[in-house]
Amino acid sequence: MPGTLFDKIWDAHLVARRADGRELIYIDRHMLHELHAHHAFEQLQKQQRPVRRPDLTFSAQDHTVSTQPGRHDGSFPSGAAFIKAMREGSRRNGIRLFDLDDPEQGISHVIAPELGMVLPGATHAVPDSHASTVGGLGALAFGCGTTEMTHILATQMIAMKRPKSMLIRLEGRLGSHVSAKDVALRIIAEIGSSGARGHVVEYAGSAARAMPIEQRMTLCNLNIEMGGRSGFVGPDEATFQWLAGRPYAPQGAMWDRALAIWRTLKSDDGAKFDTEHTLDCSSLEPQITWGTDPSQVLGISGRVPDPASATDGSRCAAMESALGYMGLQPGMTIAGLPVHRVFIGSCTNSRLPDLQAAADVVRGRHVAQGVVAMVVPGSTTVKRAAEAEGLDRVFRDAGFFWGESGCSMCAGGNGDRGEPGERCVSTTNRNFENRQGPKVRTHLVSPVTAAASAIAGKIADVRQLGGA
Amino acid sequence: MQPFTSHTGIAVPLIRDDINTDEVAPVQAMRDLKPDYKKLLFMRTRMRDDGSENPDFVFNKPQFRNPGILVTGQNFGAGSSREAAVWGMLANNIRVIVAKSFADIYRENCLQNGLLPVVLGPEQADAFIVRVNTANGSAPFTVDLPSQRISGPGGPDISFDMPAADRMRLLEGLDDIGLTLKHKDEAVAWETRMRATQPWLQMALDSRAR
Ligand code: SF4
Repeated sequence: MPGTLFDKIWDAHLVARRADGRELIYIDRHMLHELHAHHAFEQLQKQQRPVRRPDLTFSAQDHTVSTQPGRHDGSFPSGAAFIKAMREGSRRNGIRLFDLDDPEQGISHVIAPELGMVLPGATHAVPDSHASTVGGLGALAFGCGTTEMTHILATQMIAMKRPKSMLIRLEGRLGSHVSAKDVALRIIAEIGSSGARGHVVEYAGSAARAMPIEQRMTLCNLNIEMGGRSGFVGPDEATFQWLAGRPYAPQGAMWDRALAIWRTLKSDDGAKFDTEHTLDCSSLEPQITWGTDPSQVLGISGRVPDPASATDGSRCAAMESALGYMGLQPGMTIAGLPVHRVFIGSCTNSRLPDLQAAADVVRGRHVAQGVVAMVVPGSTTVKRAAEAEGLDRVFRDAGFFWGESGCSMCAGGNGDRGEPGERCVSTTNRNFENRQGPKVRTHLVSPVTAAASAIAGKIADVRQLGGA
Repeated sequence: MQPFTSHTGIAVPLIRDDINTDEVAPVQAMRDLKPDYKKLLFMRTRMRDDGSENPDFVFNKPQFRNPGILVTGQNFGAGSSREAAVWGMLANNIRVIVAKSFADIYRENCLQNGLLPVVLGPEQADAFIVRVNTANGSAPFTVDLPSQRISGPGGPDISFDMPAADRMRLLEGLDDIGLTLKHKDEAVAWETRMRATQPWLQMALDSRAR
């Protein structure tokens, strides 16, 4: 029977079926971060259990680290305890830590692929809902809670019920200044914020194939915003080229052996998915969220919807509440709204091509007066590469803050945040109330739309920004 | 894990869809390794900017000061995987959440902590919500796992489904890691096989360090 790639990866990692009916799936790579790891370390110590495979486990300091130049443990005082507990727990358990001052420090979902730890057809787990970012390389990644993380540390397996499968076909050619972020926002708008609940999503089709690997990661990053259990793009030659030579990827003869297997990682023709969707991306314009849920999305030329148009009462109430929080009226055009803050970063959009695309918009221009604009690279490696190309100068000259790598304003776990009532245009993944600071109004966009909005001082259609 | 058999308590209605874990347990309230889980639950909705209580939020109404059961809409627990969003419930003695549906990771986190996630079908849920609203905190409901029933004021018992495997785990408060470690030999066999067929999966080495 023809199988899906998800079936193949799942079956290849199925170790046993437990007495309670759950399946034990082997985790090839486990990545921890400091906001949650200390609970798990403490549990293990209490239960006197060792970490089963410290050699397949890695730690990142990302959520609570300061982005200020010259940072140290205490630069953001509340972060210090997390950072120290992570250092201590990783040392005690023999886990390689990418510490604050490590030249390869960064957001877990950015550094794991960048260093070649994540591989096609491999399984991956992170105690963080955006684990599926690395699905861009054709890996099957699961986000989990802290207790599950403790379980994985102790056993190197995750106990799950087999999720359902979903195929999302992305067809057509993306227009200029339209990228994976816009595609992902549109998918969430169409499918809804729980539309992929219980599913592992395979993204396929000509538009997904045409995306560079970093964009595939952006696409897979937002999979959880429609409730998906995991999401990936099947690997292809572009994936293998991207991975070749990365430090933790197999090398030499081992690489050739791996490649032979990776080339077989495909869903078979005629494979059955539980659910299928198709999205034609050819006429897609840049997208932006207007509300407080990632499914409340508009094209940049669109108008804020009227709750009266909602199909049911609870949706109508949610829209009304979102309008109130965001300070919007039905029928307003979204473009042109004054912006106070712009953030370019997060595991969604902080890789080198994201920064290059934003810099191309910014070059030779200046951030509008009164706008606070920040760029925070997703890893110290990205930061260094960007600096080698002079991108830091482009951003600084334009009036952007250029930060040290970390999660920063994505969840505000490191103290970076907006002020109440501010409208923030952000390349992150969640526009929930209070996420970027109390009463901050977040609009999710792509890096080029964020850059254009910083320059214009209002929500802007990057395609209409005149010559520099 | 604390086993779950039966729980009786006031049912508090928070009838909205897509309530996310940022709202349940704001990251800004997690500034310590050991935050006050009792206080952080719905902190931003519970408190006003000046630090006083928001009297309009249902948890602050006198009859819902000590709820034992949370009743809510679809996709409860969307967003971040943070387990504090479950620990905050337990710290407030809420051991059952009745919803139209749960986000996947949140539901897993509930099962890991002996918090019972009950899903009712749309019509059943709407009827239950009417009863909860009518009771308005005046009398408790009881959620019983062995019989899979909710009983309380305003109508007959309501039965709910819970997959047998999850029910067993909750009832017995099984040690999840212990359950898995029974399969240690199979894990070792898997590793041995993988080391032979796809060795790169069984090692994660920095090639520069040689
Ligand atoms: S950047 Fe944001 S979403 Fe990504 S790992 Fe950090 S806090 Fe989570």
